[in-house]
Amino acid sequence: MTKLNTANDLEALRKQIQAQRQSIRTTLTLCGGTGCQASQCSDVIAAVKDALIKNGLEKSVTVRASGCHGFCEQGPLMVIEPGNVFYCHIKPEDAQDIVSKTVMSGVVIERLLYVDPVSGKTIQTEADIPFYQAQDRQLLSQNRLVDPCSIEDYLSVGGYAALAKTLFQMTSGRVIDEIKTSGLRGRGGGGFPTGRKWADCMEAPGDEKYVICNADEGDPGAYMDRSVLEGNPHLVLEGMMIGAFAIGAAQGYIYVRKEYPLAVEHAKIAVQQAREYGLLGENILGSQFSFDVEIARGGGAFVCGESTALMASLEGKVGEPRPKDVHTVEEGLWYKPTTLNNVETWANVPFIIKNGAAWFAAKGTKNSKGTKILALTGRIKNTGLVEVAMGTSLRTIVYGIGGGATNGKAIKAVQTGGPSGGCLPVSKFDLPVDFDALYDAGSMVGSGGMVVMDESTCMVDVAKYFLQFLQDESCGKCVPCRLGVDRMLELITGITDGRGKPEHIGLLQELADTVRETSLCGLGKTAPNPVLSTLRYFPEEYAAHINQKRCPAGVCKPLITYAIDAEKCKGCGLCLSACPLGAIKGEKKQAHVIDPQLCSKCGICADECKTQAVTVN
Amino acid sequence: MSPTTLDSILQGRRSQPQQLVEVLQDVQESFGYVPEDAMRTVSKDLGVPLMEVYRVANFYKAFSLKPRGKHVITICTGTACHVRGAHQLLDQVHGQLGIQPGATTEDGFFTVERVNCLGACALGPVVVHNGNYHHHKTPNKLRKLIDSVRSTSKEEGQL
Repeated sequence: MTKLNTANDLEALRKQIQAQRQSIRTTLTLCGGTGCQASQCSDVIAAVKDALIKNGLEKSVTVRASGCHGFCEQGPLMVIEPGNVFYCHIKPEDAQDIVSKTVMSGVVIERLLYVDPVSGKTIQTEADIPFYQAQDRQLLSQNRLVDPCSIEDYLSVGGYAALAKTLFQMTSGRVIDEIKTSGLRGRGGGGFPTGRKWADCMEAPGDEKYVICNADEGDPGAYMDRSVLEGNPHLVLEGMMIGAFAIGAAQGYIYVRKEYPLAVEHAKIAVQQAREYGLLGENILGSQFSFDVEIARGGGAFVCGESTALMASLEGKVGEPRPKDVHTVEEGLWYKPTTLNNVETWANVPFIIKNGAAWFAAKGTKNSKGTKILALTGRIKNTGLVEVAMGTSLRTIVYGIGGGATNGKAIKAVQTGGPSGGCLPVSKFDLPVDFDALYDAGSMVGSGGMVVMDESTCMVDVAKYFLQFLQDESCGKCVPCRLGVDRMLELITGITDGRGKPEHIGLLQELADTVRETSLCGLGKTAPNPVLSTLRYFPEEYAAHINQKRCPAGVCKPLITYAIDAEKCKGCGLCLSACPLGAIKGEKKQAHVIDPQLCSKCGICADECKTQAVTVN
Repeated sequence: MSPTTLDSILQGRRSQPQQLVEVLQDVQESFGYVPEDAMRTVSKDLGVPLMEVYRVANFYKAFSLKPRGKHVITICTGTACHVRGAHQLLDQVHGQLGIQPGATTEDGFFTVERVNCLGACALGPVVVHNGNYHHHKTPNKLRKLIDSVRSTSKEEGQL
């Protein structure tokens, strides 16, 4: 690897890489993201490479293990170019067929094609799949074009051109103006205008400044940042370099969750590669700009997603937030001016610099510009990562892209914004994905998690779930969050246990207001949102628990009992062997019974039963 | 605990208190937990009071202060896994192994942990067994996994 000393060196290298690749006839891109790795994609990738060698095609066909394509449910998956043929649920034993039939003879293998669960039709190309069709994949589409461990791949798709433009054609003021004009707002949850943050940091006095990439994506149900950092780490690095140039920082940090081992590894490799090419280090591309990046692994504390807690953690301390009366852009890491943005925010920067602010601002709503990546999960047909223009309605996302409910159950709500967000009912599904619109409705875009819930989900239990999460994750520094969340959880547990009283609702609301107004950091300030939003939109579920001691969804254990319908039970014994507590008795081919003394009401028997003989009362 | 491993972890980081979290990460990775002896050495070598080292090790979920079992079963209880029945998996291991998350079986063979989210939400419920991800896990599949780990180990004479 030769060090690049000028912008011309960079362009020459790019042309050389592109020229070398012209002889490649076919590219097989297999997703190598965390989701597909869980589906054993590594075995498939190895088998495909083997099959190519056996057929003497290893030089003319490229196999690319790329980052996340977003359609994790269909993994392991592969896209074959030219032709855009999309194969899913591939097994290692399919490799020989793929090479001999599709690669060598152009024959499409029917059994590996995607079947749309809504229409039941078989679809041949990635572009025709409804899940992808309704999206606007500005950031995510590049995931498929690059191997995250190959800087050459990133250069071949125009990588680091925005950095060269920044260094040699722009001043830091111009860069900040461009980001301001684009209307980019922080993708981590707060939605703070990025350009304003950068300007404040640039103007803050001090020679030593820092940039930080927040990849401590702690929101349960969200994995946008994992996929971007893991799938396209150089894009994030390039964004950080441009930001560092704008504010005048020489050192950057990527703070990434330890629970994302692949993202940690890919970020480390990317930093190493950028250093070897001289894209990180002293006098980058021969300019006056020097900058380096270090990777720090998060310790599994949700509160470290909060900027001041994250900075404390980077300093090697306990991740406790501090008051923000002086902002981190003035006194951040080591009390020096610091710009902290989340992964997706940094990833948008190179595109804005390359294509211009107007290009970015052309998408979205009045105050929420560009696209947003969302993690669409829960009880719907198509789950995965989706990227849509800001302003797209929840309905389009849940039904258009997500394909609607599974198992014929009616969708009840969508939970957005993680533990800081709220649950929005179907009647609000015409709301657009917009920072302000969702906030006004009692939820938030947050980092982009979207968990769809159907009638089998109890909304009181959901509120309890988030309170348990927040109680567990509260750092304990400030009293309102430490004790307030605890008391709210106590009240709501009383309700789900059948001990709730009507006056508890008012008490919950009062506590929620106090916690929101008096907590030190964002974790506490937003902690009441799941309770408040479920109280606002699903009061009838609270009423059923309190007044009738009934859980309409059949979830809250103290309010339900399981029984076996003797007429439906065939005595197959499936439930008997599945029960972890041995609470089911019965002879073969005789109706079985549940011992209520031993039953923990886990519901495993109901899921196992093929004749729906297990009933919930 | 091998002193040479700890020495190589501390190399180039001595007298740099800001390296505390990173050093403890490496200790956890190498030893499977953070032993008291290691905390004492880290405290001395980085120049951080022992109480602060303990406080940091105790604060972050990534660190375990007790040795973990040979087989670590991690159950994701993120929102997406929760609405798809992750709590049933906790019931399953509790019934089968008799331990709650965070605990290790008496024979030191299994440790059960819960994690708030692994970012593989589309494939929930997700269970990780010694670093290997398993998707769409049902209580039944989890029971079989635990049974097979046990029987393989018995065959190999580890149990």
